[in-house]
Amino acid sequence: MLGYIIKRLIQMLIVLWAVSIIVFLMMSFTGDPVFMVVPIDATDAEIEQARRILGLDRSLPEQYLIFVQNMLQGDFGRSYVFREPALDLILERLPATLELVLVAMAMSALVAIPLGVYAGANPGRFSSRSIMSGSLLGISLPSFWVGMMLIFLFAVKWRIFPSSGRGDTEAFLGVQWSILTADGWSHVILPSLTLSLATMAMLLRITRAGMMEVTRQDYMKFARAKGVSRRGVLYGHGLRNALIPVVTIFGIQLGDLIAFATITETIFAWPGLGKLLIDSIYRADRPVIVVYLMLVAVIFVVINLIVDIVYTLIDPRITVK
Amino acid sequence: MMTAFFSSEFFANYRRNASAIAGSLILVCFFVIVLFGPFLVAQDPYDIAALDLMDSYKPPAWLPGGDPRFPLGTDGQGRDVLAAIFYGTRISVMIGVTAMVCSLMLGTLVGLLAGYFGGRVDAFMMRVADIQLSFPSMLIALFLMSAFGTGIDKVLIALTAVGWVVYARTVRGQTLSEVGREYVQAARVSGLREGKIIGRHILPNVTTPLIVVATVQVGTFILIEASLSFLGVGVPITQPSLGLLIKNGFDVLFSGLWWVSVFPGLFIMALVFGITLFGDFLRDELNPRLK
Repeated sequence: MLGYIIKRLIQMLIVLWAVSIIVFLMMSFTGDPVFMVVPIDATDAEIEQARRILGLDRSLPEQYLIFVQNMLQGDFGRSYVFREPALDLILERLPATLELVLVAMAMSALVAIPLGVYAGANPGRFSSRSIMSGSLLGISLPSFWVGMMLIFLFAVKWRIFPSSGRGDTEAFLGVQWSILTADGWSHVILPSLTLSLATMAMLLRITRAGMMEVTRQDYMKFARAKGVSRRGVLYGHGLRNALIPVVTIFGIQLGDLIAFATITETIFAWPGLGKLLIDSIYRADRPVIVVYLMLVAVIFVVINLIVDIVYTLIDPRITVK
Repeated sequence: MMTAFFSSEFFANYRRNASAIAGSLILVCFFVIVLFGPFLVAQDPYDIAALDLMDSYKPPAWLPGGDPRFPLGTDGQGRDVLAAIFYGTRISVMIGVTAMVCSLMLGTLVGLLAGYFGGRVDAFMMRVADIQLSFPSMLIALFLMSAFGTGIDKVLIALTAVGWVVYARTVRGQTLSEVGREYVQAARVSGLREGKIIGRHILPNVTTPLIVVATVQVGTFILIEASLSFLGVGVPITQPSLGLLIKNGFDVLFSGLWWVSVFPGLFIMALVFGITLFGDFLRDELNPRLK
């Protein structure tokens, strides 16, 4: 197990290195950042000087080495717009996005898993079929449109929930969280519902497919014959075995949620990573985009590793090599 | 040929499958819109001369203040929402289908070469695929678009860069299992060039699983393109897809003018729903393991 984890960690480093090259190359082919830092009426000499200070007068390999060196020391450069270290900006917004993604994740699991178990255990019923058609609709809907509709109905028309921002926050472990206050919750519900729909639909379909396969197995009949209650069989024996694909999807979806949070945050003006990324793209704020991409890459490789390890914990039949 | 199709098992299963019929009916409607859309509406929404500011922000025809000329209402420039949707649908579908075809061709080529020749090229291509698959397509596309700037051609490049991986993996797997078969060895022994073996003998035997992937991918691509355009890094304002129409409607949503954004969204939903229904049917039909 330990050997496996070490091997995976080395693989992770290689992936991150590849990502750093791609990010660096893409960034150096898009526009000239010098014009982001010099005033509009700068003379040629001033532009040259700015270029030297930013290190842009060196060759690409040299620039890449400096880029990696700085990165390893935690220095990602300063945002051209905020004039603050880009890393600080990103870390400041990270909790807002995590909060949104976690609430969305919890929402989709709470709705999707029971419905999926039900639809998988009673495949013929009308209610199961409605659930499945509903989940297909959930996959077909553009999430940003759903968010707009929720804003229109709940914020503009009925005025139940606010349409934007994080609301009141409370500090916990030195970080501000919205989910610790009632006002924060009223702000978090619409965006996380928007974000959760696609995951909910996906999770529901996977859970149902897994359950349908599992209910055919002999051990289900045996457990039932042994006198275990129907509920106990479904959740204790059935769900546990149907859960393996669900865990993979959960991992993949976590990544997707972070990606789609960019859209949700833009609609609901949620001050998280995604909105910062979109704003930075508009303003060509290169250092911030770079930190975002590297951070997201780290998050994704870590999620993939955790998913693979969780596998072996749920299913002792899978052994790592 | 036609009678053979109508008496086939495929068609018999299709006739018994209500959601497959519903899905294909939706797709036929969209096919008509894409082909004949501009002839079905009175106004050319991008001809400035045809727009009248006096017609701006009219609600759908069945509401008080509605105008029968504009069944789904108008936007801020007096543009018929239905006409804009028909034109936008063409752009969305065109992007989805073209990007799918490009990804299909690129991915199949890479998969065939990697599977047939193996070795370092194979190992390298598959590592690239692995790395790419660990990131959500939406994020990769967003990143590429932020580097490229807006434009339909750039959206196509970004989507192809995101989409080739699935085909490459599927085709490579299939090719690996085909390479060992007798017919390939026979072709080799009879002295055929490798290009011919790959193109004439292996390719036809690895394409079936691609049909399902390709169908579903069109839907995914349409949604990704819509999201990119909504974020302002997709198609340019002069060629608005359904996603960009929704974005334009977002700005006036807070004033209660819901129809400008609601209807384009419903069209995307119907389109992707139809594709998914039909794709599900194809998957069940073409996947021999499920039978």
